[in-house]
Amino acid sequence: MSTALTTPTTGSRNAVAAPALTQSTSMLSDVFTVFSRELRPVLRDPFSVVFSMIQPLVFLGLFGPLLSGFPGTGTGSALQWFVPGIIVMSCLFSGSFTGSNLLFELQTGSHERMLVTPLRRSALLIGRALKEIVPMIMQAVIIVAVCVPFGFELHVAGVLVALVILAVLAIGIGSLSYTLALASKNQDWLFWTVQQTLLFPALLLAGILLPVDDGPGWLRALAQANPLSYVVDATRVLFSGEIASVTVVQGLAAAAAVAAVGLFTGIRAMRRSS
Amino acid sequence: MTGMNSTVVPMDTTMIRTQGLTRHFVVKKETVEAVRGLDLAVQRGELVALLGPNGAGKSTTVRMLTTLIPPTAGSAHVAGFDVVRNQGEVRRRIGYIGQGNGAGHQQVGRDELTSQGRAYGMGRKAARARADELISALDLAGVADRKVATLSGGQRRRLDIAMGLIHAPALLFLDEPSTGLDPQNRANLQDQIVKLRAEYGTTIVLTTHYLDEADSMAERVIVVDHGRVIADDTPARLKAEHAGDRISLACGSDDDARRASARIGAFDGVDAEHGRDRVHVRAVNGPELLPELLRRLDADGIRVIRAELARPTLDDVFLNLTGRSLREGGAEPAEPEPPATSTAATTRQNQEITA
Ligand SMILES: Nc1ncnc2c1ncn2[C@@H]1O[C@H](COP(=O)(O)OP(=O)(O)OP(=O)(O)O)[C@@H](O)[C@H]1O
Ligand SMILES: [Mg+2]
Repeated sequence: MSTALTTPTTGSRNAVAAPALTQSTSMLSDVFTVFSRELRPVLRDPFSVVFSMIQPLVFLGLFGPLLSGFPGTGTGSALQWFVPGIIVMSCLFSGSFTGSNLLFELQTGSHERMLVTPLRRSALLIGRALKEIVPMIMQAVIIVAVCVPFGFELHVAGVLVALVILAVLAIGIGSLSYTLALASKNQDWLFWTVQQTLLFPALLLAGILLPVDDGPGWLRALAQANPLSYVVDATRVLFSGEIASVTVVQGLAAAAAVAAVGLFTGIRAMRRSS
Repeated sequence: MTGMNSTVVPMDTTMIRTQGLTRHFVVKKETVEAVRGLDLAVQRGELVALLGPNGAGKSTTVRMLTTLIPPTAGSAHVAGFDVVRNQGEVRRRIGYIGQGNGAGHQQVGRDELTSQGRAYGMGRKAARARADELISALDLAGVADRKVATLSGGQRRRLDIAMGLIHAPALLFLDEPSTGLDPQNRANLQDQIVKLRAEYGTTIVLTTHYLDEADSMAERVIVVDHGRVIADDTPARLKAEHAGDRISLACGSDDDARRASARIGAFDGVDAEHGRDRVHVRAVNGPELLPELLRRLDADGIRVIRAELARPTLDDVFLNLTGRSLREGGAEPAEPEPPATSTAATTRQNQEITA
């Protein structure tokens, strides 16, 4: 048994210490180590992804039908207008919740154990943030699959481009959620308060549930300042099959801005975490 | 395997050297001086126990030495590298088993072990093989493939230890390794730690507030209180210097006790006091002194009904150094107990002789 505990050395206690099994790693392999660790529970229990999208599905089933013929929902069916928003919504929900996993690990000691390893602090954040792409795609696929039988028109190329933008957004929202978790280490109420407080305004001001075009000026101004609005618009354009559009570029830029801010604050918070 | 040699700890280094290591925390504008100017040197192959009550600064010290938090002042070199300037180098050379649980609750034990190995740069195959080794070494075979959330406290602790050993570090920190373990698992763990050190010369620093643990495992105990080292020696010398052996005698009458006390007090370096039919004696060489005492008292016609010898524990040392008992949590200043009643705390090592 004991032979397994450490690597045998040349013998006496004063000899050169046991050659550690450690080798230096690249940034990429650090990110991959963290990413695959985070992904494992998702893959082992894919159903958990469905749980986190119950709210979006409720909105899709119970709120979506109220929208038919609603002004501002475009020329096509209400479903065609609503589905892209719901996909962004589920990305927003699961992305903003994800910090709670880190928060838990901050409290149990799992995170501390990772911090003592040579893993780069940036990789600890980036690996986690990249993992958000996977549930996002799974959720988008589920939503689309559920809606196609109800007359949702599928434009594959557009959807694929939309997924790229949403992937960037998922990284951004995930990173922001992790930042919040790191800031809430010893006060988990802070995480939930901020997350819940920001979630619904962000949702409403992105025109996900209802169009904001006919709202009062101040509300439209807020919506315009909300990067999610651009992502939602771009997703709608793409889901209608249009790819070469300024809206798409704006959506990508907005998602990239969220990701940049999220990664910057997240990596900074990770460097300071203990 | 070219990278291997780069992580070998330089040969002639002291494993840990700190100078004026200090850490303050500011909580609600109040400064908590968790560690105050620690000067410490730990040589390769030592097994050192940091012993102290709750809040003494043990974890804070270990967290600075493992690069988790930067010192407020002072410096620390660990495995030959500065904990602030060369964090990466330190991290590659040390193992750390924290006070909490290292494995993620949603994860499977075996996966956590392999990702831990990957974090240290082990190849996928090597990490898996090493995980297998540790799973059997730490008796985790039955539970390694279960979700961590379903494991018992002791099983989780063993998993933590396996994770800390994954890269076979030459220097291992354990923060309260046996807290939450049942006596059997505690004993197992202590065996494993001692073995690790005996066979491979792993340098080990552990924190504990179990006195018997520090006593039986470490050959160097550093007693910390309020962020300062208040004693640093072998358990035996600490006990000899800071707490003597205690002998209690029950005599045939109050008068016998009075006479016995006077007779014993005349011995060199021996303190005696009496109350009713009891005599309480403090001495360094209890086991040799006791038979001698009994013979002398017998010769003087003093009747002794019972004799009890208590060897000092580290608790006595702590009590002697700080006036507080570790067993009472140590936080509140407590009156030192009179020798007669404190034998309860030392029953583990009591040797009873009935005359
Ligand atoms: N992150 C922190 N923020 C504020 N104060 C802290 C922090 N960590 C530790 N302290 C304080 O520093 C002091 C030393 O704490 P530390 O955790 O090092 O004690 P310890 O000896 O490990 O105690 P225990 O036996 O309870 O684990 C305590 O007063 C504690 O409240
Ligand atoms: Mg502690």
